[in-house]
Amino acid sequence: MGVFREVFLAIPMGFYTTLKHLFKKPVTRKYPYEKREMAPRYRGRHYLERYEDGSERCVCCGLCAAACPADAIYMEGAENAKGERYAKVYEINLLRCIFCGFCEEACPEEAIFLGHDYEFSADNRDVFIYTKEQMLANRPKDKPFKKIIRRVKRIF
Amino acid sequence: MLEYAIIAAIKVTTIIVVVLTGCAYATWLERKLLGHLQHRIGPAYAGPYGLLQPIADAVKLIFKEDIVPDRVEKVTHSLAPIISFIPAFLSFAVIPVGDTVSIFGRQIDPVISDLNIGVLFIFAVTSLGVYGIVLAGWSSGCKYSLLGGVRSSAQMISYEIAYGLSIIGVILLAGTLSMQDLVTQQSSIFDWFIFRQPLGFIIFVICGVAETNRAPFDLPEAESELVAGYLTEYSSMKYSMFFVAEYANMITVSCVVTTFFLGGWQGPLLPPILWFAIKVFLFMAFYIWIRGTLPRFRYDQLMNFGWKILFPLALLNTMLTAWIKLW
Repeated sequence: MGVFREVFLAIPMGFYTTLKHLFKKPVTRKYPYEKREMAPRYRGRHYLERYEDGSERCVCCGLCAAACPADAIYMEGAENAKGERYAKVYEINLLRCIFCGFCEEACPEEAIFLGHDYEFSADNRDVFIYTKEQMLANRPKDKPFKKIIRRVKRIF
Repeated sequence: MLEYAIIAAIKVTTIIVVVLTGCAYATWLERKLLGHLQHRIGPAYAGPYGLLQPIADAVKLIFKEDIVPDRVEKVTHSLAPIISFIPAFLSFAVIPVGDTVSIFGRQIDPVISDLNIGVLFIFAVTSLGVYGIVLAGWSSGCKYSLLGGVRSSAQMISYEIAYGLSIIGVILLAGTLSMQDLVTQQSSIFDWFIFRQPLGFIIFVICGVAETNRAPFDLPEAESELVAGYLTEYSSMKYSMFFVAEYANMITVSCVVTTFFLGGWQGPLLPPILWFAIKVFLFMAFYIWIRGTLPRFRYDQLMNFGWKILFPLALLNTMLTAWIKLW
C-alpha cells in the first residue's frame, strides 16, 4: 500500500507543512537597512579611546605594533606641551590587519580597541590606511567603555 | 456592424491588457509566495512590498542584448516565442468573466465570443502552445534545448488525453460545450462541478499543471538537468515572451478550472467579475503552493503516472458519469 500512503497521506502532509511555514515569520534581514547587533566581543574596525577629559590614552609605546602578527601598525611618537608622549602618527593598514585583537590585548593604556564596524569596501587602496584621526572619530558614541578581557595576564 | 466591431475591440484590448498585467503580477505573486513558503520575504525593494518589481524586470528584459547563437535556425528560432505566445492569449476569447450587463442601453456579454464549442476551442488552442516549445527546442541547435522540447511534446501527448477525458464528465452532466452555459448551470455552490465531479476535478488540475509545464511537471526546463531546457539559447524579449506565455497559460488554466469546476463568476454579494478574479487568484496561489511543495517527477515516473494512473482514472470517471447520466 505504498502508493496509497504516498498519495493520500504524504502529499497532503507535504501541503500542510508548506502551508504552516507560509505563516511563520521570515528570517530575512534587510541588510543594508537593518543591521544586526554584533556580538560584544566582535573584532571589527579599530578605534582609539580617550580619557574623560578628552586627551588621548595612547602613549605611543609601540607594544601594539610589536604584538601585531601582520605588521599592520605604524606609529611615530612625539611629546606634547606638558611633556607627555603621544602618537603623532598612528596608522593601521586595514588590508594587512587580520583582526586578531592582539593590539587591544597588548595595549597597557587600554587605548586601542576593535569595534563593531565590519563594512570596509572601497574602490581605492589608499582608503584602507586608517589614520589616527579616523580611529579617534570611530569611537562608538552610544557604547560604554569596552572592558578588555585579557587572555594574557598583566605582569606589571 | 461598426458598433459591434468597436465593442469587440474594446473587449479584446481590455482582456489583453488585463492578462498581460496579470502575467506580470503573477511573477510577483510567485516570488513573494515562494519566498514566504521558505521563510524569505521575496521581492521587497522595488516599491512597497516589491510591487514595482515586475515593471523593473520587464524594463531589464527589454534592454538586454538579444543573443542569437550561430548554430540556430534563425527563422524558427525567432518564430517559436511568438508561436507559444499567441495561443496563450487566444484562449481568453471564450472565458466568461461575468453575466450579461447592459451598458448605455446595450446588452454586453463580458466574454469576447461565447462560442457554442468554447470548451473545444480552449483545448485546441492551449495544445497549440507546445509547438512553440518544440520548435524552440529544435531550432536552438543545442542538446539541452532539444531534450527540453522533446520532453515537452511527449509530456503534452501523455497528459492531453487525460486532460480532455477528465472534462468529458462535466460536459456529460452539463450537456453543453459553451462556457457561459457551463457557468449558468452552477448557480448554487452545491451545483459546482467540483462536488459533482471530484475525481474529474483532481485529474483536470494535475493535467493542467502538467500542460503548463509547471512544477512538479517542469521537465522541459528542468534546470538541474537541462540548464534551462528549451529556454537555454534564448535571451532578452524572446525569453520573456516564453515567460509571459507560461504565466498566461497558468492564468488560462486557472480561468478554465474556475469556469468548469468552481462556478465561474457565480457568487453571492460581490459583483461577478470580482468573484471570478478571487477564484482565479486562489487557484494561481494554489499553483504556486504546489511548486513550493512537490519535487520534480523523474521522467519515467511522469510517463507512468500519465499513462497508467491518470488515463485509466479519467476513462473510469467518464464511464461512471455516463452510466449515472443514463441510469
